[in-house]
Order: sequence, then C-alpha cells, then structure tokens
Amino acid sequence: MEYLIQQLINGIQLGTVYALIALGYTMVYGIVRLINFAHADIFMVGVYTALFTATAYQTPFLLVIIISMSVCAVLGVVIEKLAYRPLRHKPKLSALITALGVSLFLENFCALPFVFGPDYRSFPELIPFKKYVIWERFTITNIFLINLLVVSVLLSGLFYLVHYTMIGRKMRAVAYDKVTASLMGIDVDRTISFTFLVGTALAGASGILYGMTYTSIQSPYMGIWPGWKAFIAAVIGGIGNLPGAVVGAYLMGISEVYANAFNSDLGFGIAFAILIVVLIFKPTGLLGKKPHEKV
Amino acid sequence: MRKFDGPKAKKFQLPAILLLAYILVIIAKQTGLLSSYFLQILMFIGINMVMTVSLGMINGFTGQFSIGHGGFMAIGAYTSAFITTLLTVRENPLGYLIFFISIVIGSAMTGLAGFLIGIPTLRLKGDYLAIVTMAFGEVIRTIIRVSEPLGGPRGISGIPAVTNVTTIFIFAIGSIWLIRNFLHSTYGRASRAIRDNEIAAELNGINTTKQKILVFTIAAVFAGASGALYAHILQFIHPDNFTFMKSLEYLIYLYIGGANSISGALVGATIFTIIPEVFRGLQIWRMVIYSIILILVMLFRPEGIMSDKELSFIQKKEDLFP
Repeated sequence: MEYLIQQLINGIQLGTVYALIALGYTMVYGIVRLINFAHADIFMVGVYTALFTATAYQTPFLLVIIISMSVCAVLGVVIEKLAYRPLRHKPKLSALITALGVSLFLENFCALPFVFGPDYRSFPELIPFKKYVIWERFTITNIFLINLLVVSVLLSGLFYLVHYTMIGRKMRAVAYDKVTASLMGIDVDRTISFTFLVGTALAGASGILYGMTYTSIQSPYMGIWPGWKAFIAAVIGGIGNLPGAVVGAYLMGISEVYANAFNSDLGFGIAFAILIVVLIFKPTGLLGKKPHEKV
Repeated sequence: MRKFDGPKAKKFQLPAILLLAYILVIIAKQTGLLSSYFLQILMFIGINMVMTVSLGMINGFTGQFSIGHGGFMAIGAYTSAFITTLLTVRENPLGYLIFFISIVIGSAMTGLAGFLIGIPTLRLKGDYLAIVTMAFGEVIRTIIRVSEPLGGPRGISGIPAVTNVTTIFIFAIGSIWLIRNFLHSTYGRASRAIRDNEIAAELNGINTTKQKILVFTIAAVFAGASGALYAHILQFIHPDNFTFMKSLEYLIYLYIGGANSISGALVGATIFTIIPEVFRGLQIWRMVIYSIILILVMLFRPEGIMSDKELSFIQKKEDLFP
C-alpha cells in the first residue's frame, strides 16, 4: 500500500512534465490542425538551455525558467514562420512532413559536437535537494513541490490567458474558424504565431522541470519519448482540448509508473495500449467534442 | 507511313528495359563491378519501393492516414525469420522452398494482423486514425520485446542471407504490378471515391468500411512480405529495427514523392534511400543535410515531387486516371 502511494507520487511527478508538453501540442493542434513533431525537440532545447544557463553563470532558478521559456518561445515562432506558414494553404500532410523534417533537423543539428554534443550530461542542482518524510512513510522531495507549484502557476496563467484576455479570445476564434475570424478583423497569422509562442514556452518550462526531476540528459535525442508520450496524452484527452491534455498527461504519467514497476517494456507499451482502448471506445478522446460532419 | 507494330512494340518496351537492367546488374555483380554495399542499397531500394507503394494504397489512394507501417513489416520479418532459423535453411536442400513458404506465411500473418487491427481502427478519422495505427505499431513491437521465443529484446540473429538481387527484383516488380492493377480496378476506383468524398462514395453504394479494411489488409500483406525479405538481407533483426521512426521513414518517402501516384512513391523511395548513402562521407552532418533537403523539398514542392502525375508505364491507357 505504501509502495503504491509512493508510486502514485512518482506518477504525478511524471504527469506534470507530460502535462506541460501536452498543452503545447494540443494548443498548436487546436489552432492549425498540425501535429507539431518538432515540439518534442523544442522541449529538448529547453532542457539544454536550462542546463547551460544554470551551469555557466550560476543563474537563480527563476531566471533560468524565464530564459529557457523565452529561448523556446522564439524558436517555436521562428519554426512556425519559416517552415509551417508557407504551407498553411497547401495539403495538410505536407506541413506534417515538414514538421518531421524540422524535428530531425533539430535533433541532429543539436547533436553536432559544437552545438550541444551527443554526450550524456547531468543536470545541475538548481535548488538544494531536500526530502520530506510524511507520516514517517512517504517521501516527497522539494523538487516535487516546486514542480507542482510551477505547473499550477503556469496552468492558471494559461487558463486566464485563453479565457479572459483579448488574445485568448482571438486564439479561440481562429481555432474555431479561420476565415470568419479574419473577417472579424483578427490577424490570423499573428494569432497563430502567438499560439506557437505560448505552447513552446510551456515546453521550455517543462524542460527545466524534467531536468531537475530526472537530472540525467542522455543526448539531444532525449526529447523523442517524453514528446510522444505527451502527445499521446494530448490525444487521449481529446486533442485541441486544454483540460483534456492535463487529464491525459496525469493518466499517462501515473499508469506508466505503475506499469514500469512490473516490467520496463510493459511501462513503455502501456501508453499505446491505453491510447488504443480509449480511442476505440471514445474516438475523439476523453474530453474531445465530436466534429460536425458537413454534407 | 502507317504504324504497323506501334502498340505491340510498346507493349514489350517496359519488360525489355527491365530485363536489360536486370541483366546489367547481374553482369556487374558477377564481374565485381558492383560491390556488395551497392547491391545492398539496390535491394533496400526495392523493399522500400514496395513498402512505400503499399503505404500509398492506404494514405494516398484511400485517403486514410496510417503511420504504423513499420509494425506490419516487423510481423512479416519476425514470422519468416523465426521459421527459417528454426528449420536451418542454410544447410537444408529445400532452403529456397522453405524461404518462399516462410515469406508466404509471414505475409499471411501480417494480413491477418492488418485485418484484425483494421476492423476497430478504421472507424476513426484523420489524425486519430494516424495515432492509433502508430500505437498499434508500437504495441506490436512491445509484444515482440516481451516474448521470449522471438528473442525478446535481443532479437533474432543468424538469419540466413537468402534474399538476393533476383528475389528482390521479381518481388518488387511483381508487387508494384499487382498494386497498380488493384488501383486501376473497380476496387481502386472505390478507394479513390472514398478519398475524395466518403459520404458521396457511400451514397453511391460503396461499402466504405469493407473497402477500407480490404485496402488496409492488402497493404499489410505487402508490408509483411517486404519485412520478410528485409530480415533475410539484414541477417539480424531486433525490435528496435521497427520503431515508429521506421514507419515515419516510409511516410517521408511517400509524401516526398507525391502520395497520390504510384510513380511518386517509387521516386520518393528511390531518391530518399540513396540520399543518406550519398552523404555517408559527411558523417555527423549527414542527417542534418538530409533533414534540410526534406524541408526544402516540401517547401518548394508541397504536393511531392511527382504531385499526382504518373510515369507513362504506370498510367493505364484507357482510363482517365485522375
């Protein structure tokens, strides 16, 4: 029992990392209907940016978050402008292949020895590590609490942004119908850029949390699996749906940790099994709405 | 001058060219002009062509979006490799026969898997379908990883290298010919109707579910056969040979070439199998350049190199192939 609860805590920790990546996927998908394969690699750039700023200048935690989020946000906007915007009115699949190309480019470019290098690195201790034992049974680290704090601040910020600000309203309008939105005087291109900015900034924040929690960074290819898991989480929750992404991410994180406790291969495959089961019974994800079919 | 033998001569033009190409390759192989490295690339091109064309049946011609083709390849590869290593084909006088039978069994297994996966998943649409096919690909890989008789995470080694240029040559041409004929038939037209407008196709009396499952199963059979041949080139297979990156590779070949044409798939598979090999000398820069080429091709030819045009030998004369 204690073991199960301890695993639950670990699962929530993993889910937190997934949630921030999944939100980026789902926001981008919601607005341009594009699976942004490069998102996972932007997350990777976030991890490395945090690593370098933290080790080079002894930067305080808060500043590291801000730097890493802004680097990712700029990267996201640039990628959107160069690679996705020219293809917006072309067949959907060509943008998807370009996204794959950008993803491959980021991975392999960052693996060059003079960029990030292909080697294993360990993430510095940004905040002195502390352990709290609750009821003399469960251990909770301060990293875990910080993760939860960062995520709740960012999530409430995002919620406020999307639902109570002008730009949020624009984002929702563009996601709903681009043509009508542009007729209402909304600058669609700028709104889409802004969505990329917010989504990739969240990936940057997630990068730091990942680095602090797991401390080992294998190589610039490290983004692939967290990225896919987060993407699956977004699909399970109903892609394009913000609360859905968070629900999916926690479901994914917790189930992965439990399955991992049995067998590491099983832990790897469980994400896909859950995905298949959810989509077969609920084809648009847990919280997704059914699209209207026009004849 | 009237053309006496125009059409008839044309009919034999393509087989003649293919035969000539084959003889040239065999001569080059026997005289040692082509090293085994080049022959291996040639064989990979053949396999990638069949994989891409069969993926094109689903993605290009039926308008469904599958990205789990690598999983089907894995089933074919593992089934046939399991049989040939079990029966030790290398010492067996009936080696080639067993190899052939193992390919057939491998493709049948893959077809069955495609059928079983197709029934529940083809209800889904668009990106949801894509993700589920990808998930099935990974589930297949996970099952292989945890099943001990198939070597688990260690894979199967010591597979006899019985695939050669001749096998690949016959296989590639035969499969492409079969797929082309399928796509030019009533079934192919039904597929294209589904791609263009599913509801209209249904109103015209096409059983869309049945058609989609049929195409999915046939594509899986070809993927399984390619996988079986692939295993007997590599001689060592491993679950990680068939990750979703493998599936994405075929997706890239298909959309680079142009998804709505068979020629596009052939061109895409050929060019993008060769490009990474050409840049092999650049080592660490290889994949960087590969990805830049990929992005540039997509930016300047968003509908693929061939768009929806066909090379003349694939075009069916009587049919206005859209």
